Amino acid sequence: MPRRDDIDHVLVIGSGPIVIGQACEFDYSGTQACRVLREEGLRVSLVNSNPATIMTDPEFADATYIEPITVDFVEKVIAKERPDALLATLGGQTALNTAVALHERGILEKYGVELIGADIEAIQRGEDRQRFKDICAAVGAETPRSAVCHSMDEVRATVERLGLPVVIRPSFTMGGLGSGMAHTAEELERLASSGLAESPVHEVLIEESVLGWKEYELELMRDRNDNVVVICSIENIDPMGVHTGDSVTVAPAMTLTDREYQHMRDVGIDVLREVGVDTGGCNIQFAVQPETGRLVVIEMNPRVSRSSALASKATGFPIAKIAAKLAIGYTLDEIRNDITGETPASFEPTLDYVVVKVPRFAFEKFPGADPTLTTTMKSVGEAMSLGRNFVEALGKALRSMETGAAGFWTTPDPAGVTAQDLLDALRVAHDGRLYTVERALRLGASVAEVSAASGIDPWFVDQIASLVELRAEVIAAPVLDEPLLRRAKRSGFSDRQVAALRPELAGEDGVRTLRHRLGVRPVFKTVDTCAAEFAARTPYHYSAYELDPEAESEVTEQRDRPKVLILGSGPNRIGQGIEFDYSCVHAAMALRAAGFETVMVNCNPETVSTDYDTSDRLYFEPLTFEDVLEVVHSERGSGTVVGVIVQLGGQTPLGLARRLTEAGVPVVGTPADAIHLAEDRGAFGEVLANAGLPAPRFGMATSFTAAKRIADEIGYPVLVRPSYVLGGRGMEIVYDEASLAGYIARATQITPEHPVLVDRFLDDAIEIDVDALCDGHEIFLGGVMEHIEEAGVHSGDSSCALPPITLGRTDLAVIRRSTAAIAEGIGVRGLLNVQYALKDDVLYVLEANPRASRTVPFVSKATAVPLAKAAARIMLGATIAELRAEGLLPAKGDGGELPATSPVAVKEAVLPFHRFRTPEGHGVDSLLGPEMKSTGEVMGIDASFGKAFAKSQTASYGSLPTSGRVFVSVANRDKRAMVFPVKRLADLGFEVLATAGTAEVLRRNGIPCTEVRKHFETPLDDQPNIVEIIRAGGVDMVINTPYGNPGPRVDGYEIRTAAVSRDIPCVTTIQGAAAAVHGIEALISQEIEVESLQALQAALRSSR
Amino acid sequence: MTGAALVLEDGRVFRGQAFGATGTTLGEVVFCTGMTGYQETLTDPSYHRQIVVATAPQIGNTGWNDEDDESRRIWVAGYVVRDPARVPSSWRSRRTLDEALGEQGVVGVSGVDTRSLTRHIRERGAMRGGVFSGDALTDVDAMVEQVLASPRMAGADLAGQVTTEAGYVLPAQGERRYRVAALDLGIKTNTPRMMAARGIETHVLPVTATIDDVLAVEPDGVFLANGPGDPATADGPVELARNVLERRIPLFGICFGHQILGRALGRGTYKLRYGHRGINIPVIDVDTGRVAITSQNHGFALDGEPGERFDTPFGAAKISHYCPNDGCVEGVRALEVPAFSVQYHPEAAAGPHDAAPLFDEFVSLMEDPNATAG
Repeated sequence: MPRRDDIDHVLVIGSGPIVIGQACEFDYSGTQACRVLREEGLRVSLVNSNPATIMTDPEFADATYIEPITVDFVEKVIAKERPDALLATLGGQTALNTAVALHERGILEKYGVELIGADIEAIQRGEDRQRFKDICAAVGAETPRSAVCHSMDEVRATVERLGLPVVIRPSFTMGGLGSGMAHTAEELERLASSGLAESPVHEVLIEESVLGWKEYELELMRDRNDNVVVICSIENIDPMGVHTGDSVTVAPAMTLTDREYQHMRDVGIDVLREVGVDTGGCNIQFAVQPETGRLVVIEMNPRVSRSSALASKATGFPIAKIAAKLAIGYTLDEIRNDITGETPASFEPTLDYVVVKVPRFAFEKFPGADPTLTTTMKSVGEAMSLGRNFVEALGKALRSMETGAAGFWTTPDPAGVTAQDLLDALRVAHDGRLYTVERALRLGASVAEVSAASGIDPWFVDQIASLVELRAEVIAAPVLDEPLLRRAKRSGFSDRQVAALRPELAGEDGVRTLRHRLGVRPVFKTVDTCAAEFAARTPYHYSAYELDPEAESEVTEQRDRPKVLILGSGPNRIGQGIEFDYSCVHAAMALRAAGFETVMVNCNPETVSTDYDTSDRLYFEPLTFEDVLEVVHSERGSGTVVGVIVQLGGQTPLGLARRLTEAGVPVVGTPADAIHLAEDRGAFGEVLANAGLPAPRFGMATSFTAAKRIADEIGYPVLVRPSYVLGGRGMEIVYDEASLAGYIARATQITPEHPVLVDRFLDDAIEIDVDALCDGHEIFLGGVMEHIEEAGVHSGDSSCALPPITLGRTDLAVIRRSTAAIAEGIGVRGLLNVQYALKDDVLYVLEANPRASRTVPFVSKATAVPLAKAAARIMLGATIAELRAEGLLPAKGDGGELPATSPVAVKEAVLPFHRFRTPEGHGVDSLLGPEMKSTGEVMGIDASFGKAFAKSQTASYGSLPTSGRVFVSVANRDKRAMVFPVKRLADLGFEVLATAGTAEVLRRNGIPCTEVRKHFETPLDDQPNIVEIIRAGGVDMVINTPYGNPGPRVDGYEIRTAAVSRDIPCVTTIQGAAAAVHGIEALISQEIEVESLQALQAALRSSR
Repeated sequence: MTGAALVLEDGRVFRGQAFGATGTTLGEVVFCTGMTGYQETLTDPSYHRQIVVATAPQIGNTGWNDEDDESRRIWVAGYVVRDPARVPSSWRSRRTLDEALGEQGVVGVSGVDTRSLTRHIRERGAMRGGVFSGDALTDVDAMVEQVLASPRMAGADLAGQVTTEAGYVLPAQGERRYRVAALDLGIKTNTPRMMAARGIETHVLPVTATIDDVLAVEPDGVFLANGPGDPATADGPVELARNVLERRIPLFGICFGHQILGRALGRGTYKLRYGHRGINIPVIDVDTGRVAITSQNHGFALDGEPGERFDTPFGAAKISHYCPNDGCVEGVRALEVPAFSVQYHPEAAAGPHDAAPLFDEFVSLMEDPNATAG
């Protein structure tokens, strides 16, 4: 069947900001979809509020709307664009929910838009848990026994019947939000009530526990000719009870016989057909009782999912791309398999390697949050690796994590722990459970004991036992000879691990020298979808060690074009996310266009950078020094490597700059010594002093005494933090000596090499972020962003406006001069990000990072200048003047002097607080501080600040209120500044609620308000306190600024967590309150319109 | 660890460790890309005289059970794997794969770079080879010499070596609706099972069966099974097929049986460079355009083009199915007599069940023999 000829224009909905449970995998899938649809000659319109995505680059769609993904805004886009069809199965749960809402509000019908990929009925059949269970029963498949409940009474009656423990799953939430396992009646009450609240339809499923069963997933695809194929099977190492996003997973399934696998396949296909997903991808989860093999269906996603991205990268089968083609009418047999170029896509990929995915957590960012893994997803990212066996892939995945431990034995064992302690610990799922498995085995626990305690299949436990045995051999061998070293490498041991076992080899470098002398090097195999049955055209490689010294590498020679390696950013984590992938992808595009062969190295399966056709070659490898060096070796063997780019992938590759340079690798761009100048505070202080630039006074301390002396000298408040961090890890503002002592006591890793920095904290300063390019001769200001929150909130969590809304010409001139001086002083070649604080007309330099920053994609979109592309070219020798002449940069002007008519763009951070709970089940504090906590961001863009800000708030949290009740409680220092914004809200018709102190100030200023009781004040009568009012839905917006260090007992904590749980705007700074008032005014007074990025950028370009 | 090596006739040697039994084995080296189902593969008589290379790297994870054998023994001549499991994990497992191979004297080799080996076979074609382990592992020239002295697959008549000695009957499940004479060219256990589930009583006959032996069963249909070897040597079964066609007895053939029907219809067969062996292979039905993912295991194929119609001594016939990977013929149908066959395995085991409805088609033909498969 050829493609449908009745569709000319498709609207694609993206997934919005990166949140836990919905990460950049949907940028990957959406980008593929847009690309495919346009290749087919269709007009593509796109809505996505996330500026950090590749898909929202103007060249990927005909009309790109960086607008909130809400029914109202999407309707505006539909009204303006009038598409024939809507494709919503590639934008995660956000897009699917929006499509359902558009249908229910009659908007699709009104504008004659056909939903393609999956129809409403199929979506509902797949997502409505009871209907789904009925469907499974109809095709003869089992599901866990359960009941759908709409009230707590129904919940209690059901549990009476099923017995505890039970699983609670709210309907229509993503990433398992609100779901959990209740072992006790108390847990049941808490989880089920919050589950009912989280579900948009107030519905939860109460289900028989399949805790501890084996867990599997199948990725399937169906076309309109009813052909169905299984793309990939995935086995979770962590058994049922841990969300699949938080599990260590393996592809293909390792412990199924063909009989059981085919049964699973049959059930999967029957369910898919019965649910009626027309075309495209779908994911089905199964649980298998390990003693009997009883198979039950858990759930299905009638759309491309996170697992689909994993399956695509694991197999080389591009699920999203194919899904888009199927949606417009092609059948699987009509689509070529890109990898072989010869065979069709109507087949099932077969693997001759093993894939392991390991989740990346960020519990250290949320003190007090319960780190137990449950059915609610908590991980913020993941790394995938490929090896020729499970242990090799596991070793590579563990060292891809970018945490303290880089595989087994790389961190000291906790002291005094026994095998029994570890077996006890294994009973509860936790981050790093496989490390606990290894320790337990090493301390004498048997495979059977470990398997029984953890529920992990004995096959996997035995695989880890094989590593424990091999470890003993490596330690015991008189000499580490070639056969033993080869076996160790073949089992995934890194040089660093071997060095930990053989101290006489003088560390990782010594091991590498020995290994190279013995000729033990990896070969590079190819991901080809077909286990080598057909020749592969696509250079998608992974490393492996074979026993045979003559084993072959499959990297082909290419000596015509110079090669550039781009090091990606590894697993997503807070502080290092999709923004860096964006820059890496842009570098690949720009350098390929400039005639280089581009080679990508990365290990994050969710990204566009690890799509096999983003670069000329892809190495799916950990970003460790050892692994990168072997890739460089491989590429040097097949051609000429002229450069390795480390400054676009965030701190991960940047951290390799020095060692790579020392190893003779041609790191291009800002040299390693220059990076050091920016990162070392002492050296950077000299750069500033030489340029005559002021910086907050600071000092470095390795003890409390030293820190106290510095703080006394420069005065409180001070900002304290460890050196060399990204995302503000471990930063705090301390207001007095006691808190300083507390901080030093908590900061465990203080050494002379890693001192604590103590900075003067500039209270009430305006923070400014600048992204700039420098070619060694001149600078190009990419953008000057003014933070809406004052200095002290991490720049990644702060909302900001571009162009800056309150800075004058003289301020900008000082910023330009200072940035140029810093770029010159450091010796930047490429991108530079500088953070300033403006206080009392003095521009203080806070820090400078000679690398791509988080804001590069935002600035690029807001100013229509591709900064990362330009940076990549500059690193390879182009000058700013040349790039201006070429048209990559504007002929004149830059982001520091935008035309007066340019639109205002507002970036807002999206925070994950509502996903975390303390072990007692309370919310975690939503307070912002110097440590970054946001997972993603949105952009609002419009003609004025108010409208742009309103859009940014709508995109991140749902709309700002235009009427209702606002609760105000601010710290004393903010009380004066609060008066004007709150007065305006009262004038706009809001009812103002305030606590006693705030109310007094408001009344004195003539603002009517209702006084409410704080939650810890003794009740005088039956009046509810403010926390109860918020929880009951009696407040539409909260303005609450805190004082002092955050912590569960600090005033305001309960208020903010209540606001988070109700999903109402919670403003924690006065500047934020002022911006919110702007936004509310815009919403009330004017009709907010949508405009495509292409139109906005064209206007901007023509006015330059 | 005992050393072992796979030695190919072109002199290439892949070294590893002994796996299963120790000693020498010779055969045609082929690769199979299935990720599951090694027990079914190893016990499939079609692999007789072949040294099978598993492209899936981790083999033996589910051990060896008492239910999944596809015949009375392991047939492969040798087994080449990368990483055998140390302990199996499956509630049905009774012994390890290593033990099963050892008990049945099957010589294997592990630790081999199976991907390099597969690429070699893909580029050079399936070829003769030998696994040598323990004392048999000698100098390369001597081992290559042994390999070169072994018989080739082309021209090999092997069905006689795998077929049953005497006929036997497998009852229908529930009420018997049909009686089928199945020629055992290397039949797998699951085939009579699939037939039994459809009310068929299966009379399995040895490969030497004559048309009179078949008629003695008073069959509603005749089934030609899968099996090893070169179809060009199977003159007896081809003659038998012609006799069945003449009598308009519904005929269904799979794999080797398909090649026999094709030859009976006057078509030639040829040896593929490296064959189709896996459980992920697409087959397109020319009439409906629909794709089935199939289990396959064949080194020979029938001449023809997808959709081609041709004349036969039994009236018109057509090429009904093909593999879109390479255009290879995967099914043939007589249009004027009730006979059809497919190159793949509707009984699966190992592999997907997409093609199982072919057994229903066979039932329909027996229901109304005047209808034709076309």
